[in-house]
Amino acid sequence: MKRIRSALCCLALLCAAPPLFANPYMETLPNGLKVIVKEDRRAPVVVSQVWYRAGSVDEYNGTTGVAHALEHMMFKGTKKVPAGQFSKLIAAAGGRENAFTTQDFTAFFQELDKSKLPLAMRLESDRMENLLLSGKEFSKEIKVVMEERRLRTEDQPHALLYEKMMSVAFQDSPYRRPVIGWMNDLQNMTVEDARAWYHRWYAPNNATLVVVGDVSHQQVFALAKQYYGKIKPAILPVRKPQIEPEQVGIKRIDVKAPANTPYFLMGYHAPEIRDAAKDWEPYALDVLAGVLDGNPAARLDKALTRDNPVAVSVSASYDDTGRGPGMFVIDATPSQGKTATEVEAAIRAQLEKVVRDGVTEEELKRVKAQVTASHVFQRDSMFYQAMQIGQLESVGLSYKDIDVMLKKINEVTAEQVQQVAKKYFTDDNLTVAALVPQPMKGDSHAK
Amino acid sequence: MLNKLIPGLFFLVFASAAHATLPIQHWQSASGARVLFVENHDMPMVDVKVDFAAGSGRDTAKKAGLAGMTRHLMALGAGDLTEDQISGKLADIGAELGSDFDRDIAGFSLRTLSSQRDEAVDLLAKILDAPKFDQKVLDREKTRQIVEIREAEMDPGHIARETFDKLLYGDHPYGLRADGEIDTVQSFTRQDVVDFYETHYVADREVIAIVGDLTRKEAEAVAEKLSGGLPPGKPIPALPEVKLPTSAETKMIPYPSTQSHILIGYPGVTRDDPDYFPLLVGNYVLGGGGFESRLLNEVREKRGLAYSVYSYFYPLERKGPFEVGLQTRKDQTREALAIVRKTMGDYIAKGPTSKEIVAAKENLVGGFPLRIDSNRKIVDYLAMIGFYHLPLTYLDDFTKKVDEVTAAQIRDAFSRRINPADMVTVVVGAPNGG
Repeated sequence: MKRIRSALCCLALLCAAPPLFANPYMETLPNGLKVIVKEDRRAPVVVSQVWYRAGSVDEYNGTTGVAHALEHMMFKGTKKVPAGQFSKLIAAAGGRENAFTTQDFTAFFQELDKSKLPLAMRLESDRMENLLLSGKEFSKEIKVVMEERRLRTEDQPHALLYEKMMSVAFQDSPYRRPVIGWMNDLQNMTVEDARAWYHRWYAPNNATLVVVGDVSHQQVFALAKQYYGKIKPAILPVRKPQIEPEQVGIKRIDVKAPANTPYFLMGYHAPEIRDAAKDWEPYALDVLAGVLDGNPAARLDKALTRDNPVAVSVSASYDDTGRGPGMFVIDATPSQGKTATEVEAAIRAQLEKVVRDGVTEEELKRVKAQVTASHVFQRDSMFYQAMQIGQLESVGLSYKDIDVMLKKINEVTAEQVQQVAKKYFTDDNLTVAALVPQPMKGDSHAK
Repeated sequence: MLNKLIPGLFFLVFASAAHATLPIQHWQSASGARVLFVENHDMPMVDVKVDFAAGSGRDTAKKAGLAGMTRHLMALGAGDLTEDQISGKLADIGAELGSDFDRDIAGFSLRTLSSQRDEAVDLLAKILDAPKFDQKVLDREKTRQIVEIREAEMDPGHIARETFDKLLYGDHPYGLRADGEIDTVQSFTRQDVVDFYETHYVADREVIAIVGDLTRKEAEAVAEKLSGGLPPGKPIPALPEVKLPTSAETKMIPYPSTQSHILIGYPGVTRDDPDYFPLLVGNYVLGGGGFESRLLNEVREKRGLAYSVYSYFYPLERKGPFEVGLQTRKDQTREALAIVRKTMGDYIAKGPTSKEIVAAKENLVGGFPLRIDSNRKIVDYLAMIGFYHLPLTYLDDFTKKVDEVTAAQIRDAFSRRINPADMVTVVVGAPNGG
């Protein structure tokens, strides 16, 4: 969900695979499954991921959370591999496996010794077409999902605030709905909802298989044909654009929750990369996020927590890719005795400074140095390399854009940074959400 | 979002691994620091970890949080550089400086392009040798820490952990909260910080782990830079032994949450514990092995009572915690607790089935290559081996030691080491006080 997105994106996404000749390699099977292989022979292991272009953005009201619920159900058995066996077989092969759902996609992965790749492919291809979806398993699993919602959102004031802010900031875009779904929708979800979702989206022509590791691409393509080649493509529904209408005035919400510290979020609507080579604004926004919050010496932290402390923490984040609309988010925890209003004023002063005076060449150089170095560092993780490829493919870009994006970031000018600040940091474009702490009844630590 | 939650600690518990093909070089720096090094030129980058015996286990009740505050302040101004200059210079060369901190260890993790190695290492050396501990910075960070402590108190998971640690360890420093308490943090003086630094950041108790794109000779120079400016230091007292509880203790804490957070535990194992491998393999079956584990099967798969339920051993210099944890809707607390207790009690009494033990070994042995498939993972292992004086063959021996474990050893180790009748239980969010 969003948390995963923001952790992986921002600057991280821009920095990626090295331009190694043809590596990665791509082939599309006749049934539409796209297979991308990146050879990395540093260790005798392999990562295999299947990405479905089906996330909460594809859901309808009343069944929010079904994308994620289906992700859970994917471990609940096929004719050949009964419930629970998938995980057991991967574990017996010494593997690790899991899955994740975001607004934009649902992905499943296995990490294994390289000799075990056929097992991962056999199991993953089987559940692409043969999922059982029993009512009995569903009724247990949906309870697990509700516990997950309680754990991650209901009892977490910051997550709750984020959820509520998104639901106000967006008017039409499905990004207004939480990935995990509204509780009432989860309570009323049926196995038929999950089944409809599965039949609608789980098909080779809506998926990308990404394999990174100590493998040869020819062998992986052959395995992919063997295991996935016979699965029939589906007729995919037309996806409506659901373009978010322009915001025409500031939006503010207060959220009351048991808490002892205030906290608040500011979100400005922002564009996303649609054409990696032609767009420039998203890259300027990436650099802007780096100037504001890319390192401990960056502007927001320095101004708000050190030079004239009004906040104990402040951060800025912007994710330049996504199927839906983008958002530049700033969050902060006020210092003791300081109000959200004072902190907001301090943040606005910093944003206005960029709008008025722009950024320095030194700041620009610094952000680019960080981006370029992390481009190298990220290759240390095979899992991350696969994530990057899958993510770009799933949001409508290409793994080939990885290098384009790095180049584009390095071409951003100080003027461009100032221009995007001017264009997007406007009140009409802003949503502010404040956590209003409520007494934590029963917060006595007495027995 | 993750379908299954495997706690990060899981991996620390399993912390161990490396092919016989992972050539670890080992030496002592001129001033006495232990150095472990793996040369690898696959990528133009270098990872360095510098750790000291300066974790929260070295705190006292009166000054809880001082160890963490000292480590934190070291990077906020050193030598002729202000905090902004340090972080600015690191950013300018694209280097990343992270923190290492737990009950035993405090230190730094540095990641840099090999082309920027000299400058990055010089900055870290300055942080180690000449932290300024500016009074203004200390005051500001104290204020910040106090708000963070308060903020953590609105997370039922945090409250459960903090209460659990105190209950499990009593007066032992392992029970102290790493962030400190509001009044202890308030009491920190600059002299406290300087004293802590001078006592604990010394070459005799320094471990330097280096992995990446540099030669042995260059690694030696890096190690000299990172230890040469530190005094050998005076001996410090050994950490006290952990006392085992003599009766069960349960704490129910009301909290306005929708779920109860439940932790159950007992003092577990040390890093060099002779029972380590039987308990490691045995815990995989009980609650370490994800969907294969008994706890997950009983609580989540059969009954849908929780999203996450697990058990782990966290090995430390003294007995680290053995812990079972889960979160469940408040009105299911009693039911979930009963199931966890029964599952655990049965397992401790009877041990694993032969099928379970085979499955555990298959995963632990078969998954071995995944433990050392990146420089990051390797440098973490080197630091651990160095800090706990484990044999350099630790990683080579790992799969063999796992393979040798028998069902009888697991049953024996669990029954000797974990007394289900004397366990500590914390429930935060309990309905009507329990």
